[in-house]
Amino acid sequence: MKNRKLASLPAIPYVFWMALFVVVPLVLIVVYAFTSESGGFTLENFSSIGSYTMVFVRSLVLSLIATAVCLIIGYPVAYVISKEGPTFQRVAMMLIMLPMWINFLLRTYAWMSILENTGLINTFLSDIGIIGLINRLFGLSIDHLPLINTSGAVILGMVYNYLPFMIIPIHSVIVKIDKATIEAAEDLGADSVTVFRKVIFPLSLPGVLSGITMVFVPSVSTFILSKLLGGGTSMLLGDLIELQFMGGAYNPHLGSAISLVMMIIVMACMAVMNRFGDGEEQAVIM
Amino acid sequence: MSEKLINLENIHKDYGGKTVLDNINLYVRDKEFVTLLGPSGCGKTTTLRIIGGFETPDAGVVYFDGKNMSDVPAHRRPVNTVFQRYALFTHMDVYDNVAFGLRISKVGESEIKERVERMLKLVNLPDYGPREVSSLSGGEQQRIAIARALVNHPRVLLLDEPLGALDLKLRKDMQRELKAIQQQVGITFVYVTHDQEEALTMSDTIVVMNKGKIQQIGTPVDIYNEPKNAFVADFIGESNILDGIMHKDRLVSFCGRRFDCLDGGFAPDEAVDVVVRPEDFEIVPPEQAQMVGTVKSVVFMGVHYEIMVETEHFTWMVHSIYETHVGDRVGLFLTPDDIHIMRKS
Repeated sequence: MKNRKLASLPAIPYVFWMALFVVVPLVLIVVYAFTSESGGFTLENFSSIGSYTMVFVRSLVLSLIATAVCLIIGYPVAYVISKEGPTFQRVAMMLIMLPMWINFLLRTYAWMSILENTGLINTFLSDIGIIGLINRLFGLSIDHLPLINTSGAVILGMVYNYLPFMIIPIHSVIVKIDKATIEAAEDLGADSVTVFRKVIFPLSLPGVLSGITMVFVPSVSTFILSKLLGGGTSMLLGDLIELQFMGGAYNPHLGSAISLVMMIIVMACMAVMNRFGDGEEQAVIM
Repeated sequence: MSEKLINLENIHKDYGGKTVLDNINLYVRDKEFVTLLGPSGCGKTTTLRIIGGFETPDAGVVYFDGKNMSDVPAHRRPVNTVFQRYALFTHMDVYDNVAFGLRISKVGESEIKERVERMLKLVNLPDYGPREVSSLSGGEQQRIAIARALVNHPRVLLLDEPLGALDLKLRKDMQRELKAIQQQVGITFVYVTHDQEEALTMSDTIVVMNKGKIQQIGTPVDIYNEPKNAFVADFIGESNILDGIMHKDRLVSFCGRRFDCLDGGFAPDEAVDVVVRPEDFEIVPPEQAQMVGTVKSVVFMGVHYEIMVETEHFTWMVHSIYETHVGDRVGLFLTPDDIHIMRKS
């Protein structure tokens, strides 16, 4: 008994950290969400969220699309990499993580200069005459394609920034699949498509689920992305919350309520996902 | 029993410049229990994987029922495999594991149900269908792996050290069960093991391999009693191996003494390996003995004692059911058929 207590000593700094920086802020958010400026109990914060329904819907839709795109791009990449030799795998995974060594804002500014009306893509397209061609074909008179300040650009930003979080967990699950399991399926008559469908994919689902979580959660709460790439026209939840705490609309009580609702929505999504993960895995995604 | 069901001709395989299989010629008859036996790295598993279609030989041909199988991928070969670490599908329950092969060959669900249930009964795990694979013990998982392979009625079942991960008692039981299953379903088993006792008790034919080469093919009795070379003698059972000179047919000398033996066909005064099984010695009073020595150690092995006897020229391992004591002077006696003469390899 005494030894056990001793053994748990090293966990104390972390427990302290968690209490101070996770539990306390959470409690504060809950308190703020249910109180008014004067300090009394109120549900008004929640009832006024209704006017921001569009922000919630837009955030969820854009995040879901970004997550789906990440999955569609990330799964094949993870699968192909996992088939290669160990050196190739190490190098490939390093390259995939490389952009994350660069500051998030910097990467996003880079995308701005690529997507801008006078940016890299539009300049290139007009230089080689594509813009002119489009004008002639459709009888238009545009001098650039609308790339920046669109929902598409926001989704692109999400996919670009969070794609590694999809690839890494899927890859690490696929490489751990016992090769003998795949051979056993071949031995029992399964061709390579059937092996993938009935063995590799179901066994990789835990990686897919954590990939989806790791992309969806930061996507839904992201801010700045919509301001920089979406031109502020399509506000997302993250920006709305920021506005309540740091911006002109200063109202931490409303901000807390929005944060709380967002947290509940995310947790509900994750709970549903995990339910699928336990049972009929194939049926859900296929 | 005379039909050549599987035939390997001149199989050669290299891995990164290292020869793993060197000119393997081997056939397996219908309904036969053949064991590939050898130390790790001898090429036995590679041979099995070539038959299963998981490896391609660099040279040589695999015939199955007279047909060349070289270009047939694993999933279209009429063989099924029981893997060393079971390789069950952990995302399915026991029933779906066993039904996997049948579903792929589009057997009707009612027939699948009947065959899976019959197979689970055969491996002594009836009613295990709805269980999760991860809830099974090692022995149970191995039985499911066997059921999953056998349910497809393969012509040949390949088994890659299937009992290697089980404890001794369970392994003995499973050996008996496997042999019974093989006789009951009447199909060919090709079995890979490094456990010589397992090979001796289960097989119709044993193929002893070492360093990518076949050393000897024969029945368990042949292999044990008439090992072809010192490696086989050493690997199968315990042996005393020492240098000798074959003076002429049926006369050999070792340990500074001449012995009558039963072997012949050597050059005059050819240097040979002499092999004596420890259990073939008779311990006699020193005055009646061919060799006299001192007992250096005695270990109780259950049925017998393992006694090391140091004589003037050689320290012999002797198995005897009679107890002796360290320091005793004992005599050793061999009859001509206890002495096995082998060409130096």
